[in-house]
Amino acid sequence: MAKRVTGPEIEKLIQLLAKVPGLGPRSARRAALHLVKKKDQLLGPLADAMGEAHRKVRICSCCGNVDTSDPCTVCTDVRRDHAMIIVVEDVSDLWALERAGAMNAAYHVLGGTLSPLDGVGPDDLNIRGLVDRVAKGGVRELIIAVNATVEGQTTAHYITDQLSGLDVKITRLAHGVPVGGELDYLDEGTLTAALRARTAI
Amino acid sequence: MPHKVSLSRLKLTDFRNYAGLSLSLDGRHVVLTGQNGAGKTNLMEAVSFLSPGRGLRRAAYADVPRAGSDGGFSVFVTLDGMMGEVDIGTGTDGGDEGTARKLRLNGTAVKTVDELLDHLRVVWLTPSMDGLFTGPSADRRRFLDRLVLSLDPEHGRRAADFEKAMRGRNRLLSDHRPDPAWLTALEKQMAELGIAMAHARHELVSLLSGLVEAARDDGPFPSATLRLSGFLDDEWQRPAYEIEEIYLDMLQSGRYRDAAAGRTLDGPHRADLLIRHREKDMEAERCSTGEQKALLIGLILAHAGLVAGMTGHAPVLLLDEIAAHLDEGRRAALFDRVDALGGQSFMTGTDRSMFDALGDRAQFLTVSNGGILA
Ligand SMILES: Nc1ncnc2c1ncn2[C@@H]1O[C@H](COP(=O)(O)OP(=O)(O)OP(=O)(O)O)[C@@H](O)[C@H]1O
Ligand SMILES: [Mg+2]
Ligand SMILES: [Zn+2]
Repeated sequence: MAKRVTGPEIEKLIQLLAKVPGLGPRSARRAALHLVKKKDQLLGPLADAMGEAHRKVRICSCCGNVDTSDPCTVCTDVRRDHAMIIVVEDVSDLWALERAGAMNAAYHVLGGTLSPLDGVGPDDLNIRGLVDRVAKGGVRELIIAVNATVEGQTTAHYITDQLSGLDVKITRLAHGVPVGGELDYLDEGTLTAALRARTAI
Repeated sequence: MPHKVSLSRLKLTDFRNYAGLSLSLDGRHVVLTGQNGAGKTNLMEAVSFLSPGRGLRRAAYADVPRAGSDGGFSVFVTLDGMMGEVDIGTGTDGGDEGTARKLRLNGTAVKTVDELLDHLRVVWLTPSMDGLFTGPSADRRRFLDRLVLSLDPEHGRRAADFEKAMRGRNRLLSDHRPDPAWLTALEKQMAELGIAMAHARHELVSLLSGLVEAARDDGPFPSATLRLSGFLDDEWQRPAYEIEEIYLDMLQSGRYRDAAAGRTLDGPHRADLLIRHREKDMEAERCSTGEQKALLIGLILAHAGLVAGMTGHAPVLLLDEIAAHLDEGRRAALFDRVDALGGQSFMTGTDRSMFDALGDRAQFLTVSNGGILA
């Protein structure tokens, strides 16, 4: 049995940090050590910031984004063109597209893609919310920016079907988005090009 | 004349019965001779890993590292390829799952082994393919898809995606009350992918038929007539979008039946490649062993010619135990046709004298116990 080096509080901190993407057990230990060494300059403020975030973070009831206000910062941004909605699988895609800065539009986050093999169906995704949003009117164009995977494309077909009869132009990302290439991993130039050259469904 | 893609250096580490091998090649054909179990086919298999997929044995990667070694395997080559000279390294790390094969081009890791297709195409014929005409249709589909893949790198992805959409549909159909809109979404995917896939197959079959026809009186090999059957056989003259509609209709009206069967009964996954011996006007599966082999050789050579013609680069050709069933005259004719393709070929046999007719068109190597004799 290995001898303990730290008390349970720090041990727990390490265990939790190790669950953060990008941190393994090793770097979690380094991070924890750094935090406890900088108890007042870093650990305290970080704990406060996390507590605050925890209290305030919610899922936007309009678009499915995560933020500290509901509706979220994107939905309440008056400088955006809210008649144009970019439909994405995940918040990380929203962030990637914003980073590319190609569009000044609103978003809709589905929270995944349809996948019978993984047991993810229409009710598990934020599709109903999208249909309601479009049905309310005022939406001119919907850009379906899902990945070029089977699941992504099936979801695109499904959404298109659900919106049939509603007066909205539906487009999808131009080819040139690498197959199965998750938006999050694309460079900004590729994303911008794919958005600009979107095609009508 | 197509550009000759050729290997100039080949290094193996812990690959099958090779602990370490470092080989310089001079660009001519390579003849590997040696006793049974020496490692001739293993060396060919290593070269076959220069194309996407699991190589000419369709091996599980966990079986490839040398028995007794504790890591993975690696194959390294220097190649005068389709985009100029390139160093290619591929292999596994061993240890974990062993599912993915890693690839490095000029020392830089790349994401998918599909990038190999930018540098070379590899075409092979092995004794394990001898039962192709008599075996299950799945074998012929796989054979055909490999041929398509060497001309159309997208084919593999389309086939895998089709399969995935189909499995999704099968799963949904097994539900108590599947959402019809969801089914339709999957079926649209299947139609798009399945027709693209079948189209690529038809295109290959027609191109290949043309080449087989052209080579008809060229030497002692019989010619084959090829036909795809079992999926929308009479519709292929129509434009693709129309065939997609037809297939989509079939899927939608076949839901009950497919749900009862527990699988999808219509699709490119049900097609078969029908091959006939033209001169004898007989199904290939009813031809003699030697005739079947000769038909297969004719097909593979036509395919290699097709790849050369389409890409401008002659593929690397792996012919395992190719000379075994042929008499002297047919062997000489085979070597001439192989040579005329303009690429680098690797050939194996137990007896060097069988390759005499190649003369100085080949480099002769003796394989012994996981090494090459000087
Ligand atoms: N992972 C492995 N580790 C060590 N040896 C292996 C491994 N896999 C296969 N072998 C051995 O490699 C040897 C050579 O096999 P190979 O198929 O290359 O022989 P060959 O020269 O083609 O013989 P033949 O003339 O009979 O076709 C076989 O004895 C086989 O048992
Ligand atoms: Mg062998
Ligand atoms: Zn929002």
